[in-house]
Amino acid sequence: MIASSQPLVHIHNVTKTFKRGAEEIHVLSGLDLEVMDAEFLALMGPSGSGKSTLLNLIGGLDRPTAGNVRIGADRVDQLSDRQLAAWRARHIGFVFQFYNLLPALSAERNVELPLLLTGLNQAARRQHVATALEAVGLTHRAKHFPRTLSGGEQQRVGIARAIVTDPTVLLCDEPTGDLDRKSGDEILALLQSLNKDYGKTLIMVTHDPHASARASRTVYLDKGQLSANPVA
Amino acid sequence: MKFLPLVWAGLKRKKLRTALTFLSIFIAFMLFAFLGALKEALSGGVSMAGLDRLIVRHKVSLIQTLPESYKGRIQSINGVEAVCHQTWFGGIYQDPKNFFPNMPVEPAAFLTMFPEFVLPDAQQRAWLGTRTGAIVGRLTAERFQWKVGDRIPLRSPIWGQPAGQAQWEFDIVGIYDGTKKGTDTSQLFFRYDYFEEARQREKGQVGWYTVRVADPARAAEIAATIDGEFANSPYETKTEPEGAFAQGFAQQIGDIGSIVMAVVGAVFFTILLVAGNTMVQSVRERTEELGVLKAIGFSNFLVLVLVLLESCCIAILGGFCGLGTAWLIIASGNPIPSLLPVFFLPTGSLVSGGLLAMALGIVAGLLPAWQAMRLRIADALRRGG
Repeated sequence: MIASSQPLVHIHNVTKTFKRGAEEIHVLSGLDLEVMDAEFLALMGPSGSGKSTLLNLIGGLDRPTAGNVRIGADRVDQLSDRQLAAWRARHIGFVFQFYNLLPALSAERNVELPLLLTGLNQAARRQHVATALEAVGLTHRAKHFPRTLSGGEQQRVGIARAIVTDPTVLLCDEPTGDLDRKSGDEILALLQSLNKDYGKTLIMVTHDPHASARASRTVYLDKGQLSANPVA
Repeated sequence: MKFLPLVWAGLKRKKLRTALTFLSIFIAFMLFAFLGALKEALSGGVSMAGLDRLIVRHKVSLIQTLPESYKGRIQSINGVEAVCHQTWFGGIYQDPKNFFPNMPVEPAAFLTMFPEFVLPDAQQRAWLGTRTGAIVGRLTAERFQWKVGDRIPLRSPIWGQPAGQAQWEFDIVGIYDGTKKGTDTSQLFFRYDYFEEARQREKGQVGWYTVRVADPARAAEIAATIDGEFANSPYETKTEPEGAFAQGFAQQIGDIGSIVMAVVGAVFFTILLVAGNTMVQSVRERTEELGVLKAIGFSNFLVLVLVLLESCCIAILGGFCGLGTAWLIIASGNPIPSLLPVFFLPTGSLVSGGLLAMALGIVAGLLPAWQAMRLRIADALRRGG
């Protein structure tokens, strides 16, 4: 699916500063970014450039020091902690580099986690879980625990967990960073399919040009500033 | 309910640690239940004491006797409804280790005074008609497999041999039960007239009097009147409520309540540290997982509740299993009837044990739950990654 002309994510003049003792570290400085609805955006940059920080701000995991973050009609930077939690449950799906599955839960139970926050009954939750696992091709591994799954399979479970509530935006933090090339390619193909076939908006942080090639647009982040071209 | 599998998964994460914590809580609550039963056994007389009964004893000591003639004088005091006396006999059956309390009493007055002892009518009549007759409580009867019709010998180091006989012998004419669970059915009572006739010293003396007052609200006033009646005599009295008397009797071996509280307090403080430490460790190890839960939309409050539920779950499971196991063991029988006339787990101890288990879960889980609630998602995920 081709990205629509409607911007979904608006980052305007965002600054993020961390304090380390008396020292202030400026991670993002007056950053502006717009991501279109149904766009697959790759965010690249060297370590410490602020990629994950930016992803956290978009996902409502952190708040900017200044500036505003709007996703659709919601001013994310103005929501309270409780409102943010509910907003994340409704609008954001996270895919982590190290999968971050709960080891004591089976694959299907892990996928079910975001659905526990909805009003769905058990039968409906099971139906949604089955659909999500089918979408990532892991129906046959539903009862397996993370320790018995390969890295690629664990990441598929992670993706199923991220899409099970049909979120507005999928945020992927180096989703292939812990996988071999073959598994990585499969995961990238899956993410691409979610974007193209289901119209999901994806923002993916990556170091890997091979991964960013799958995206419809790539932006580069260095020293808290964005550019359209790779940093020299 | 839908979050319970998540709570359960948290407990299953480190099975050995969870099992050890469960066991420590299990043992603590078993101990709690046994101490509760022990406390009830040693101070049972206090809770079973009648509110309308007073005990009149020698002012100096319980082992000093009082004249039998006091009975009429006490009876004549305004507000006194009934009077009966008892005397410590200290009889030994075969071996000193076979201890059980035994006392001469006046059957009719005694049975009227203590309605908590239930004796069938036919056995009551048999007792009144048999001079050497004795009634024995169910606990002691079963302990020595005595039955109605048996003749049992007792040896009394206090009173020596009876006149004209080698030993005291009694005919079991009745076996009494208690109206309540805590009623002491370990005692043997025999007739005072037989005792008075056969004893060779201190004739006309009795151990203590039990007095029933018509109006319990006047008990203190009547007690003072009784003591006033015998003031400045060779046998001055001390009159107190039956509960206070029983408490004083129990406290001959120490303040049971304080001892139990001290032991329980020490055990629970230790268990609180163990359970609290387990939960703190568990939360610390799961920092990343808690961060993920928050990232996918679990609110801070929900995370707090989940950690608290986990803590409560193990405390309640361990506590209830400990209390239940102790209840089963205690219900299976009295291990030392010679020392503990009543041995059961009072409902109050069970209820307070259950509440204590819940409180333990909350207190042990509060700090880690608070930490989990305050956890910043970005920090948690960074620590994990």
